[in-house]
Amino acid sequence: MSTNSFQEHFDSLIDRDITIEPKDWMPEDYRKTLIRQISQHAHSEIIGMLPEGNWITRAPSLRRKAVLLAKVQDEAGHGLYLYSAAETLGISRDEMYQQLHTGKAKYSSIFNYPTLTWADMGAIGWLVDGAAIMNQVPLCRTSYGPYARAMVRVCKEESFHQRQGFEIMLTLSKGTEVQRKLAQDAFNRWWWPSLMMFGPPDAESPNTEQSVRWKIKRFTNDELRQKFVDVTVEQAKVLGLDMPDADIKWNEERGHYDFGKINWDEFWNVVKGNGPCNKQRLDARKKAWEEGQWVRDAAMAHAEKRKARKKAA
Amino acid sequence: MDNSNKREWPLWEVFIRSKAGLDHKHAGSLHAADAQMAIENARDVYTRRMEGVSIWVVESKNIHASDPGESASMYEPAMDKIYRHPTFYDLPDEVKYM
Repeated sequence: MSTNSFQEHFDSLIDRDITIEPKDWMPEDYRKTLIRQISQHAHSEIIGMLPEGNWITRAPSLRRKAVLLAKVQDEAGHGLYLYSAAETLGISRDEMYQQLHTGKAKYSSIFNYPTLTWADMGAIGWLVDGAAIMNQVPLCRTSYGPYARAMVRVCKEESFHQRQGFEIMLTLSKGTEVQRKLAQDAFNRWWWPSLMMFGPPDAESPNTEQSVRWKIKRFTNDELRQKFVDVTVEQAKVLGLDMPDADIKWNEERGHYDFGKINWDEFWNVVKGNGPCNKQRLDARKKAWEEGQWVRDAAMAHAEKRKARKKAA
Repeated sequence: MDNSNKREWPLWEVFIRSKAGLDHKHAGSLHAADAQMAIENARDVYTRRMEGVSIWVVESKNIHASDPGESASMYEPAMDKIYRHPTFYDLPDEVKYM
């Protein structure tokens, strides 16, 4: 087959919603786009453990602590599912780590914001995981098989994350005046960064059109963001919290909530590395990796020794 | 930072039996120094919610796969042998339960 007919075959698989698997021919840009997206997603899970890890030792009860530990452990698992999906595209795990540690690969900007109070654990579960689910559910049908299968696992596990966050928010919002204020403050701080999680507006998102064509993405950034706003406004009513946006208004004609202008300068500034915690997050990650080197080396040496002993016996 | 892959733990494919009586099914992959560690890691990564009662691990380099480019010649010969399926045969209505 010529490249042309390979391309036609690939396009026809995409058009017929037939999943692409690792050994199938794929256009180089499809491969690159997937590696970028999946590894960025994996990095987000791994870095995403840090803001919450900050509160494990200070969780207000044993129940909350056990739940938070389980959630953070899930995030490690999600990172691992995704890294192995990306590896099927021909990039090694070490290469991906290298890209993360040198800043060449990005992770979700939301994790560059600090977790100041316990209420942030609630807001992160409710909003950040809520936004992540909105993004991830359509990815269960993404065109690349290993990615889609990893996302099915992730989504199954993720819904507990959002519920536990909402439960924290609900408990706080029905608690003392101070607790209610903590919940509202966390909501105020996490709301806008959560909206930014869906990425730049469609008009300024150069990759969206091609990704939708390849069925990597099933919805655009703006479509998902609108969906998220619509459900969250209703949930905030249940919590009895005020929306941190004076422009939220039901639009009868559109059948959606209108919302205020997002500060995209802030978004790009955080992406470029100038968020409140960019340096702290990356430093913590690199420190863990470097200080764990001897453990990885020792395990390998031990495995080799054992193998040699077995051979000799 | 070291950019070489020679220190990377080998890759393993993980297969999980979700409950007694069912086949082991591919769950995903992971890195581990040896088979024992691969099984322990598989337990943590793939069975946090009682997804399995048995785990197999195989080093990925030992898996041999068919070539998707040869799918046509591999699988098409079966297409015209519909007589291998029970629905190919006409039975009189009186014959029940066959």
